[in-house]
Order: sequence, then C-alpha cells, then structure tokens
Amino acid sequence: MPDTQKTGLEAGPEQILYASILEKGMFVGLLILFITFALYAFGIMKPYIPLDQVSQYWGMPVGEYLKHLHIGTGWSWVGMMQYGDFINFIGVAVLAGVSGICYLAIIPLLLKNNDKVYAVLALLEVLVLSLAASGILKVGH
Amino acid sequence: MLMSRRFYGLLVAKLGTLSFLLLCSRPVMATAEGVMTAGAQDHAWWFWPLVLLVVTFVMGIFAVLGGVGGGVLFVPIISGFFPFHLDFVRGTGLLVALSGALAAGPGLLKMNLASLRLAIPVALIASACAIVGAIIGLALPTHIVQTALGATILGICVLMLTAKKSEFPDVQEADRLSSALRIYGVYQEKSTGNVVDWKVHRTPLGLCLFILIGVMAGMFGLGAGWANVPVLNLLMGAPLKISVATSKFLLSITDTSAAWIYINNGCVIPMMVVPSLVGIMLGSFIGVRLLAVTKPTVIRWIVIGMLGFAGTKALLKGLGI
Repeated sequence: MPDTQKTGLEAGPEQILYASILEKGMFVGLLILFITFALYAFGIMKPYIPLDQVSQYWGMPVGEYLKHLHIGTGWSWVGMMQYGDFINFIGVAVLAGVSGICYLAIIPLLLKNNDKVYAVLALLEVLVLSLAASGILKVGH
Repeated sequence: MLMSRRFYGLLVAKLGTLSFLLLCSRPVMATAEGVMTAGAQDHAWWFWPLVLLVVTFVMGIFAVLGGVGGGVLFVPIISGFFPFHLDFVRGTGLLVALSGALAAGPGLLKMNLASLRLAIPVALIASACAIVGAIIGLALPTHIVQTALGATILGICVLMLTAKKSEFPDVQEADRLSSALRIYGVYQEKSTGNVVDWKVHRTPLGLCLFILIGVMAGMFGLGAGWANVPVLNLLMGAPLKISVATSKFLLSITDTSAAWIYINNGCVIPMMVVPSLVGIMLGSFIGVRLLAVTKPTVIRWIVIGMLGFAGTKALLKGLGI
C-alpha cells in the first residue's frame, strides 16, 4: 500500500482531537447524570417536585407544567440546584454542551493547517450551538 | 451454533412479545389525559419510570438489530402508549438520540469511518434548521405535531421498505463544491481488506435536503439517521459504511442544537430522561451481542411493523380518532 494511501486511512489530527474531547465529555456527562439521578431517586437530595407527584405533571403540555409549578425557562435551573431533580440538569448540559467545545478546540488546528474555510464553518457552528444554548430563543406555549 | 442462534432468536421474539403486551396493557393504552390523574393515584411513583426502563431496554435491542436509531422508535412509541405529554417525549427522545450518537461518535471518528470533513458543512445546515424545527414544533398545537409525526413515521416505514442501499456508489466525478471543500477520503473495508477511495457528488442538492432533515429532527425529536443515510449514500454517493458512521456522528451535532431548545423551554423531566437513557443503552449493549446470532432481515421487518403500528397510533391520536 502506498504511503500516501496509508496516511489517508488514518483520521486527521483535528478529527482525533474532536473524538477525544467528545469521548471525555460523553463519559463525564453520563457519569454526572447517573450520580445526580441516584441522589434524586434515592431521596438523598430533596426534589422540587415530590417524587410521588411527578406523574401528575408529565402529562401536561410544557407551558402548563411550567406555569403550574412556577418553573422558569432558559438557564433558570441553575438557580434551583439545591433540588434533587434540577441537579440532574448538570449532566444533561454537559452532554448537550460537549459538541460546542469540540468545535472550539479544532479551530486553532484548522487555522494552523491553513484550512480557513473549515475554520469559519466550525466557528459558525459554535455560534449556532451557542444561540441554541443561550436560552434567548423562547417559544410561546 | 444453531442452538444458540435459535435460543437468541427465541429470546428476541419473546422480548418483542413482552414489550408488545406491555404496551397494549390497559393502563398503557389509556390516553394521556386519563392516565395523568389515574396513573398518579393507581401506581407508585416508580411504576411508569420502571415500565419506561423495560420498554426502552427492549427498544434498544430492536434499534440495533433493526439498524435504526433509538429516537425514531422512542418518540412514536412512547408518545403513543405512555401517559407522558409529547413535549416531554420529544425532549427525552432528542437526549436519547444524542446520547447514542455521543457514545458511538468518538470510535467512529477515530476509525476514520465517520468523516469530519463531510459532517461539518452538513451539520452546520442541519443543526441551524433543527433549531427552527424545534421552535415550530413547540409552537404548534400538540394535535397537529402528533398528526404530522404519525404521517412522518409512516413515511419512514415506506422509506425503509423501498430505499435501496449501495455499498459502494459509483461516483464518476466529484462536484465542484465537494472538491473545493476537499470532501473525500480513504477507508479500508475490513471484510475484504480492500482500500476504498471515496468522493461525493450532488453536494448542493444534498445540503439543501439537510434543511428539511434538520427541521424534521427538531420538530419531532426523532434524531435523523433514517434520512441522513439515504441522502449521504444514495444521493451524494458516499460509501454505505461512511454514510452510516457519518450519519451517527452527525446526530451528535444536529440533536444538540434541537435538544438545547427543548431543555431551555422546560421539556426535560429527569424521571423520564434517565430511565430512558439507561434502558436504551443497556438494550443497545445486548443488541450488539445478539447481532451476530439473529437474522437481521426478520428483526428489520419487526421494527418496520412496530413503526407502522406506532405511526398509525400517533396519526389517529393526532386526528382525535
């Protein structure tokens, strides 16, 4: 097999970097999610919605659910971390946030390789994911 | 070998029957409105999360064996037969699909089966449009989304029945856009040892279709592997393995943007999310091991049947029939 072809068989450095961060983020996110869920489900941390009442709310449309329980939208869960149910959002946020971090990490490598088009595309993706995560985009229910 | 094949085949069939019976049991078949009050009083708080865990476990097995993502089974089945509102089911469905993609993505990237160069432009379009889809999906009345979901799921059944797959599509010449973006690659086919050079064509049309795919992924919380693979493989001409791997990785980006919209609008209930994630992940783990000893064609038919049943139920529920 020619050397050039052999080199092409292996993933590029930016792809390897992306994969490594994604892998770590996935493990950290899932670990946090499972630990916080155990704290919640085994009653170690007091939940905002008592466990025996959750089933009264999960059949409601989300707007009604939020209104009924006085829960805010966006990042308001950060202010409710003392509750067992809301602490679970840390793991969810890590899982949903890791792709943005992967994109940010590969931009310098892309620029170093003079791959300006892909650096711009990666930056645009970071902006899209940041917009989605920002909580600015509220939906009227 | 024959005995173990029969044993595992029987096991999968029994699990399928068990989950079907569970889904068709009276409390699960009851409407969301009815169960919302009755369910809370009739069962302990852990009843529905436990049923969810069992059903998603079986779903995880069938998803792997049927070659579909978890999200496409999760949303129609859970919204059709469980007391949870569609808003929370879609939020959970996206997180289920996202977790599956995050778990598979790193390995696929490292093996160079998922192509970052192919994924980056596609993901930018799909993830931006998934935001739009999520906003539309949350703004529309539930019965309209449920009806559209049912129609989409039935459409996916037709797609699964009719779409052919091409292991190594014949791409005579890469188009100008894919050449400019240097979307090409090399991979080694393990079964034959052959080194395959690949490139893509019809990139502008493919990118346009990802607008639609992104909107649908965000609107229904489905994940979008069912649509990604045909576009990457049949339209753009990427080899099947590259298409499947890149599609799986793509979901980690497309579903992220849609998932944030659902998270920020309150559509996440941990008591639904964690049992679903654990169930799907454990089921997928078992499914991968069963893959070697079961007949994928039979399982694929069962998955299409399950989707057809769930799609019809979603359609009827949306239409109020």
